[in-house]
Amino acid sequence: MSTPFMFEKPVGMRDTLPSFYQTKNTVKQTMEKVIESWGYLPIQTPALEYYDTVGMASAILDRQLFKLLDQNGNTLVLRPDMTAPIARVAASSLKDQMFPLRLSYHSSLFRAQQREGGRPAEFEQVGVELVGDGTSSADGEVIALMVETLKESGLDDFQIAIGHIGYVNALLLDVVGSEERANVLRRYLYEKNYVGFKQHVKSLPLSSIDEKRLMDLLSLRGGREKLEDAKTLVSNGEASKALEDLEQLWEVLDGYGVSHHIKLDLNLVMHMSYYTGVVFEGYGSRLGVPLSSGGRYDELLQRFNRPAQATGFGIRLDLLVEALGQTEALPEQTCILFSKERRLEAIEKARQLRKEGKRVVLQDLQGVDNIDELSKAFADVQYYIGNKQGGKIDE
Amino acid sequence: MSEPLTMAMPKGRIFDEAADLLREAGFPLPPEFDDSRKLIVDVPEADLRFILAKPMDVPTYVEHGVADLGVAGKDTMIEEARDVYEVLDLKISECYLAVAALPDYKKTDINPKVASKYPNLATQYFKEQGEQVEIIKLNGSIELAPLVGLADRIVDIVSTGRTLRENGLVELETIVPITSRLIVNPVSYRMKDVRIDNLIERLAKVVEEEEA
Repeated sequence: MSTPFMFEKPVGMRDTLPSFYQTKNTVKQTMEKVIESWGYLPIQTPALEYYDTVGMASAILDRQLFKLLDQNGNTLVLRPDMTAPIARVAASSLKDQMFPLRLSYHSSLFRAQQREGGRPAEFEQVGVELVGDGTSSADGEVIALMVETLKESGLDDFQIAIGHIGYVNALLLDVVGSEERANVLRRYLYEKNYVGFKQHVKSLPLSSIDEKRLMDLLSLRGGREKLEDAKTLVSNGEASKALEDLEQLWEVLDGYGVSHHIKLDLNLVMHMSYYTGVVFEGYGSRLGVPLSSGGRYDELLQRFNRPAQATGFGIRLDLLVEALGQTEALPEQTCILFSKERRLEAIEKARQLRKEGKRVVLQDLQGVDNIDELSKAFADVQYYIGNKQGGKIDE
Repeated sequence: MSEPLTMAMPKGRIFDEAADLLREAGFPLPPEFDDSRKLIVDVPEADLRFILAKPMDVPTYVEHGVADLGVAGKDTMIEEARDVYEVLDLKISECYLAVAALPDYKKTDINPKVASKYPNLATQYFKEQGEQVEIIKLNGSIELAPLVGLADRIVDIVSTGRTLRENGLVELETIVPITSRLIVNPVSYRMKDVRIDNLIERLAKVVEEEEA
């Protein structure tokens, strides 16, 4: 047998030590409380799913999936996102439940990292899915809930960018005429390569008006007024509907009083190919990468034979804690050191203190090498040592 | 007063050219940055802070958000494939990537080897050509590889072609033209949108005028 690697972990896997765990847990509980107060019911799904169902539907790049085989040779994946599993549940185990369904989750997700081993390949995400409601009210509710969740968790300086896949698709298709050519342009947007986008547009045989329409797409970022600019670029049915969606969504967000956190960004094209309508991303000022994202996916559920409109968001817990930038101090603990003659007394004392809500460590003196060092680690140490009754030596 | 915009810049010639562009765009930069050993240069008058980095590392600083913006060659952008916005072609330090070899080079079927500072890019290029090669990563002086028999071809940056000529190498194929790009961190692009858009706009105007 070969010697196991003593300290090594697979690439991207991390240990969470007590102080970080404490911080993360507090943030998580705060978030869950907010989400549950909006009537979302938490669920859990398995870490392993079939590649053919959830793996394919999830639209995470294939090379980012952790795959393995079960005893029968079926390919399994460690879930790379929660939207696809929840869509599966909504269409199967919950198929008799009436729509709209409001579900929430807190789960670890797995995505293989190819670069820089330090990046997490397993991370926790907290999120919601609102299934079976296609209204702008639903989009608005999900975004407003995300804002409130971030705010309650203690994040103050953050912003949400909102885009619409339908608008981008309608504009690109209207100008270049074929889905294939639109795809090339969409890819540049997704890769955030505006230079490449502009160069490609210039290389196309377009009228100067059409060329300008595509170039102007890149500047559709800002406040609500950009919706007016967007209207001038394309006016077919799909685009007008998208802009109407956004117009209504803005009303809803105004109603929730959160629109000051919102910016329009009609270039926002997400990597998740199942998004069909409104998409959004959240950013915190102390973090270089987006910490939350979400959007409308009206075609995902029909892959599981229960067609339904749906929307949701996910917040990366590890990134949120990083953006908050503070670790919480570990709670204070009391230590009761005892020798075996006075064990009963010590147990009774511990029981009493725990009832009062204290955290109590009960430690046999014989199990300790260095009493001085041990006592330094506790806020309060009580001794039940020797034959004397009731003797308590305070430091 | 808000925090200055932070810009990651490659040391050396590209820095000077980019600084010229910023001056022309109306940013009051000092005529010369005297202490070249400094790694962080603050220019409060222009509300800018520069981080001086290895050219290959500029996209990394920007991706992680310690720099809001950066100036990076298209070569490093292709090689590093970082998640940043590439917003403007600055059209400075123009050059191109090329395949080069000794003049008597003949295609071999026996395990052809290519040396490069850009292993990802080179791998991608030869894959697209349908050619099977072994890529050897070097960190500099790539021209040495064919001279000593480490590889029979190299993939490297060519600006005037002088280095190749001096080492007796000839160009075989051009891969892609290269210029420096202005890149932006995705979060800064949203959180500091007004200031960043303003900077992009002013630079874009200068670049356009230079071209005309």
